[in-house]
Amino acid sequence: MQVKINGKAEEVAGGSVLDLLQAKKIEPQMVAVEVNDAMVERDRLGTTQLKDGDRLEFLFYMGGGR
Amino acid sequence: MEFTEDQINRYSRHILLPEVGGKGQKKIAKARILLVGAGGLGSPAALYLAAAGVGKIGLIDSDVVDLTNLQRQILHHTPDVGRPKVLSGKEKIQALNPDVAVSMYEERLTAGNAIKIFNDYDVVIDGVDNFTAKFLINDACFFAEKPLVHGGILRFDGRVTTIVPKKSACYRCVFKTPPPPGLVASCQEAGVIGVLAGVIGTIQATEALKLVLGIGRLLTDRLLDFDARKTQFREIKVKRNPNCALCGEHPTITELFDDGDPYAGCAVRP
Repeated sequence: MQVKINGKAEEVAGGSVLDLLQAKKIEPQMVAVEVNDAMVERDRLGTTQLKDGDRLEFLFYMGGGR
Repeated sequence: MEFTEDQINRYSRHILLPEVGGKGQKKIAKARILLVGAGGLGSPAALYLAAAGVGKIGLIDSDVVDLTNLQRQILHHTPDVGRPKVLSGKEKIQALNPDVAVSMYEERLTAGNAIKIFNDYDVVIDGVDNFTAKFLINDACFFAEKPLVHGGILRFDGRVTTIVPKKSACYRCVFKTPPPPGLVASCQEAGVIGVLAGVIGTIQATEALKLVLGIGRLLTDRLLDFDARKTQFREIKVKRNPNCALCGEHPTITELFDDGDPYAGCAVRP
């Protein structure tokens, strides 16, 4: 299926948001995830199933400033 | 308060704007803006806010100027190496515009001093380099009910967002807690393209002036991410989180706290 990740269309295998993070080797603790503009709590990542056309935002921490 | 002829000349390009005018310029002259961190983001913000004629600028920073700062921290010049950043900053601000009063806080922001300092300001600008402080600033702005302009820079990426406590999404609505220390690179390890501080810090100053003037549409409930490699901005919608530990419906954070040792966590991106 096709989803949009941070604005870019990507073919993904499906499954849960957590599956996708794991496939991309992204540590869940390091990212805040939105699906279709709604925040997904970390403990729901494994039960939130991806659907064709979903828009995902992986928001990484950005801490610098000095 | 009345402006002198020199002041009317100095601020004429503001006064010409219907959205600012003499009335708006007086609001700017009465405004008190706090910069937490007089470094990369704080530098351009301080200079533009000084140029704009902000009445009082507060600078919090416990560091002295280091040679490695000068690649991006344009508030500090080569002869300032080894001098306190707040002092170096105050001199530059007042050389640019002697109308501006500067309060120096040569200390670290802590749960003990944050509210007391924040209470004396109308707007807070986050220009710190570690997550502990970013969360502390977010929390202190919530408790002191002060609008916050958050910023972050790393490598070629920057982010800015405005937070109006109890009205728009706060930092914890999105990021909940600081990342685990073991997983974040320090800013020294990560590097940053110097001009990025100018791009993001200047947007922060713009938001601060809009807050002071009460004009335009604020960067609330939106993260504005900038990629300098592509010269591309992206806007990500965020919302207040009813489960937010700070500003949600059943808050578990009910007072300010120091979250362990500040570690210079910059960020991460796979």
